[in-house]
Parts: sequence; C-alpha cells; structure tokens
Amino acid sequence: MSRTNFIERTLNRFARAMAKALVSERTAAKPGLLQALDPRVRLIGLLVLVISVILCRRLEAIAALWLLAVVIAIASRVSMATLALRVWLLVFVFTGLIAFPAIFLTPGDAILSFANLSASAQGLRTAALLILRVETAATLTTILVLCTPWTHILKSLRNLGVPVEVIAILAMTHRYIFLLVDTASQMFEARQSRAIGRVNTSEQRNLTSRTAGVLLGKSIELSHEVYAAMVSRGFRGEVRLLTDFRMRFRDYCALAIFFCAAGFAVWMGR
Amino acid sequence: MHIPDGYLSPSTCATLYAAACASWYAALKRIKRSIGGRTIPLISVFAAFCFVVMMFNIPLPGGTTGHAVGVAVAAIVLGPWASVLALSITITIQALFFGDGGITTLGANCFNMAVVGSFVAYGVYRLIAARSDVSSQRRTIAAAIAGYVAINASALLASVEFGIQPLLFHDSTGTPLYAPYPLRVAIPAMMIGHLTFAGLAEAVLSAGMIAYLQHANVGLLRQSQSASASTSTSRLWWVIAVLMLLTPLGILAAGTAWGEWTARDLANSHASPVIEAASKSQLPPGSVPAGIERLSTIWTAPFPAYAPTFIKSAAVGYSLSAMFGVGLCAVLSLASAAVFRKRRESHA
Repeated sequence: MSRTNFIERTLNRFARAMAKALVSERTAAKPGLLQALDPRVRLIGLLVLVISVILCRRLEAIAALWLLAVVIAIASRVSMATLALRVWLLVFVFTGLIAFPAIFLTPGDAILSFANLSASAQGLRTAALLILRVETAATLTTILVLCTPWTHILKSLRNLGVPVEVIAILAMTHRYIFLLVDTASQMFEARQSRAIGRVNTSEQRNLTSRTAGVLLGKSIELSHEVYAAMVSRGFRGEVRLLTDFRMRFRDYCALAIFFCAAGFAVWMGR
Repeated sequence: MHIPDGYLSPSTCATLYAAACASWYAALKRIKRSIGGRTIPLISVFAAFCFVVMMFNIPLPGGTTGHAVGVAVAAIVLGPWASVLALSITITIQALFFGDGGITTLGANCFNMAVVGSFVAYGVYRLIAARSDVSSQRRTIAAAIAGYVAINASALLASVEFGIQPLLFHDSTGTPLYAPYPLRVAIPAMMIGHLTFAGLAEAVLSAGMIAYLQHANVGLLRQSQSASASTSTSRLWWVIAVLMLLTPLGILAAGTAWGEWTARDLANSHASPVIEAASKSQLPPGSVPAGIERLSTIWTAPFPAYAPTFIKSAAVGYSLSAMFGVGLCAVLSLASAAVFRKRRESHA
C-alpha cells in the first residue's frame, strides 16, 4: 500500500463525482423520449413509477416495471453500459450481499438443505423481492438524473410546491459543491506533491482534519462574500425563479401513460 | 447509511417524511429569524462543504480508511437547526443528483442523519463541553464523543427502521416484503460497522477539525457558542411531539410487560405458558388471586391498555392516548404553576 494512498483515494472519489456529473450533462443534452417531454412530466412520471415499485408486492409486477424502465432508458438514449455498471452491477453486489443470508435466515418452507443450513421458499422470495425492487427503483432514479439537467429538476420541484428558499439553497449548493471539490482537490494535490518520506497514520489523520478545517474556514468566508455579492445586486431576502416550462398535448399524454402504467403495476402487484 | 429505495415500506417512508418535514419547517423558520438573508448562502455553502467532507478518506488505526458525515462539526459550528438544513440539503443532492440514497427514503435518511444526528451531536457536545474554555482540550474530546455518539444514534435508528419491516410488512406466507431481517439481526449487523469504523472516522474528523479551529479560527467556535446561548422550551415540545408520533412502536412488543398482568390475563389459559416462560418457569396461580379480582373492579380506565374503545386502529389509539396523556400533564403543570404563582404574589 502506497504511503499517500489515502490522498489518491480521496482524489479518485472527487474525480468520479465530477465524471458522474459530466455523464448526466451529456445524456440530458441528447435527443430522446424523456428529453422531449416537459421536465415536470419526467419528474412526476418517474417518481410515480418509483412509488409504484415500492407499493408492488409481487415479483412479476416489479419485473414488468424494470422492463418498462429499460425500454424508457433505451428510448431516451441512456447508455446501457452506464446503467449496467453504475446501477445494476453495483446494486446486485451490495444489495445481494445483504439479501443473500435472508435465504437461510428467513423461517419458512424448506426447499434445499445442506450441512446445518436450509434455504426457505420465503427466504428466496424476500431476497428476490429486495434485489429486484432496489434495482428497479435505482434504474428509474438514475434515468431521471441522467435525462434531466439539475436546473430543470429544481424548477420542476418548485412547480410541485417546494419552497423557493429551498430551491435557491439547492441550486447554490450544487454550484458550490464543484467549487469546493476543486479547492479540496488542489489542496490534496499540493500536499501530495510536497510529501517526502513516510507519512504515518497519525500524521495522515492530522492532514485530513487540517484540510477539512481550512476548507471549512474558506466555506464560511465564501458564504459571507456570496451574501455581500447578492446584496450588492439587489437581494433583499426574496428569491424569484424564472419558470418557462409549457405543457403540450404530448406531455399530458405521457403523464397519463405514466400514471396508468404505475396504477396498473400496483393493481397487478397488490 | 444512505438507505436506498426498496428497503422501507411506503408507510414507514411516509411517516419519516412527515417527521423530517416538520423538522425542516421548524429549522427554516428558526434560522430565517436568527440570521435573515444570510440563511441562503450560509446553508448552501455549508451543505456543499458537508458534501465534500463526506468524500474524504479518513485514515484509521490499523491501516484502513473510513468516511465521515461531518454531522458533529456542522452541529457545533452552525448550531443544530442550521445543521439539520445543511445536512438535509447535502443528502437531497446526493439522492437527486448523484443517485446516492433513495428518493422514497429521502425523509428517512434526512431524519436519521440530519435531524437526529445533529441534535444528538449538539446535545452531547454541550453536555461534555459545559462551560469550558473554547480553546480547551475538553472541547476536542467533547467533539469526538459527540461525533461518535451521533453517528451511532443515526445508525441505530436506521437499524430499527430496517428491523421493524419484517414484523409489520409480510405477506400471507410470512415472506418479508421489504428489509428482511428482524431487530435481533438488523441491529447488530448495522451497529458493528458503526461502533467500530464509521464511528471512529466521525470521532477522528470531529476532534481533528475542532482542534484545528481552536488553533487557526477560534472565532468560528466563539461565534457558534454565543449563537447557541439562548434556550427555550420549544425544543422540548418538539421532542415530545416526535415521541408521541413514535408511540405506536409500543404495539410491536409482544405480550404483556412482566408483572403487569390483569385479572383477565391470569384467568386466560393461553396466557399461562407465556407468563411461565417469562417468570423463569415459575407457574402462575391456577386461578385469579382474590385480592387482584376484588381490586381490579374498583376503577375502570377510560382508555384501557392505551386503546380507547371507540377507535378501531391500535396505532391511532396509541397516538391518541399519548396526546391525551401529554395534554393532561401539560394542563396540570400549567394549573399548578398558576396556583404557585398566585400564592407567591399574595405572599409578596
């Protein structure tokens, strides 16, 4: 293990977050099924489908919703490789790890026995339900994130009644995340480039805490500067957002289809 | 600790969304009143800071690394209410923009980490730090313990949420429909990792940052101390409200509390083995003791067993009983306070 490994790992995490954001921006700019719809329809439609996944109690109904999510993804030109790596594999490994022991720990009708362990039908079903439900919900959420620019999600949330102050905070936080990620990356890179000899664990911890402390100081200072800049531009405590979305016939149709699909799935999976 | 969609039932998600919404509303009102127009930039930048800090790899003893949430630092520097907002915003962006954590479970994640985490961290820090000097080592230790306890309290809450799923939500064949493990499996499975690595990472980051601020930016700590000096009873009312909402959890406990058996329980032949098992194989009396039978008829409670007869749902009955009990206590307290105040005034 390299002596500066923890710095590299932190830098890798920063890079991965940036890469994720870039993939979202590129996919949202492509022409596709979801991209052609009003962002509010996308948000409400996919959220309704996610809720229906949680409400369904039968594997077949959840599997049908997963299939629908894949069809929507293909029609919206979402890369299958991105979905497979970012969602399906990741969820399968992590949720599978959690769900697997349930096959043996859930009491019920034994279907297979070896050594002192016996797998139950109920255990197998609960594990399958959990994995499939998480896979489907995560697929739908990722499609929403990939096909909708962040600013559109925020405007749609405002239309759904989220207070304007919360929308303003979410928008500003999103912007400053990238600034602070960049600042933290530069601080870690600078420290790594100056590192000579072995840095012990205690010194590594001090280094991380100091970096976080400096970043905190910079953040608070930045918030004061941002506030001063806002006031100098006429901010008096009220936030106004420009919403220029307009619902068309196809948006109403798509919304109706989303609701029908979700309702049908819940009815089938009750 | 970010719970994805699919692990919690819709009713659990809705309950925790309601609890989180109440906290957000109270926090937003309180913060706007105290810092006014600065609210938006301060919370935004601090939420961005929490997001970045969650990505730091923190070296731990033994050569491993862990991740912290930064909940104790946020609660100490900003105060608990602003910390609730900043962390909730961070968790929302993680879910909506980066797909980390679920959308239906957003309320649960915010309630566990942002609301409970912030208040536990702040309470523990204030309790241990007491009136010590801002630059004292006691504060560093207080921050470490606050971070450790807060992250474990959040994890415990999450594990209870997981653990109650198979009890409450299963189909006719007994198949759990959501998180599959009962409390006796969910709690240890979740807590082992948090009592060791995650808790340690939080303690290390909290102590390290407070120690750094004591040397480099002590003004930030002084500012937060003076901002948090004012106290009011409204916090207590919020805690009581949350506890009232959680009272239906009492229904989950199987059987009757040991020694609280009624005459009907003692007469019931099905209850005898349960009483025997709970009493280290000591057999209960064959018939209802005469004293218990006689005294049990003296007073009949209006809400027997916290279940008013006119309410069909046990959960609603439990909550209603809690509201009635709290209301009655509040009225009695206010009445006695008024009587004492009058007496004092007449003596003066």
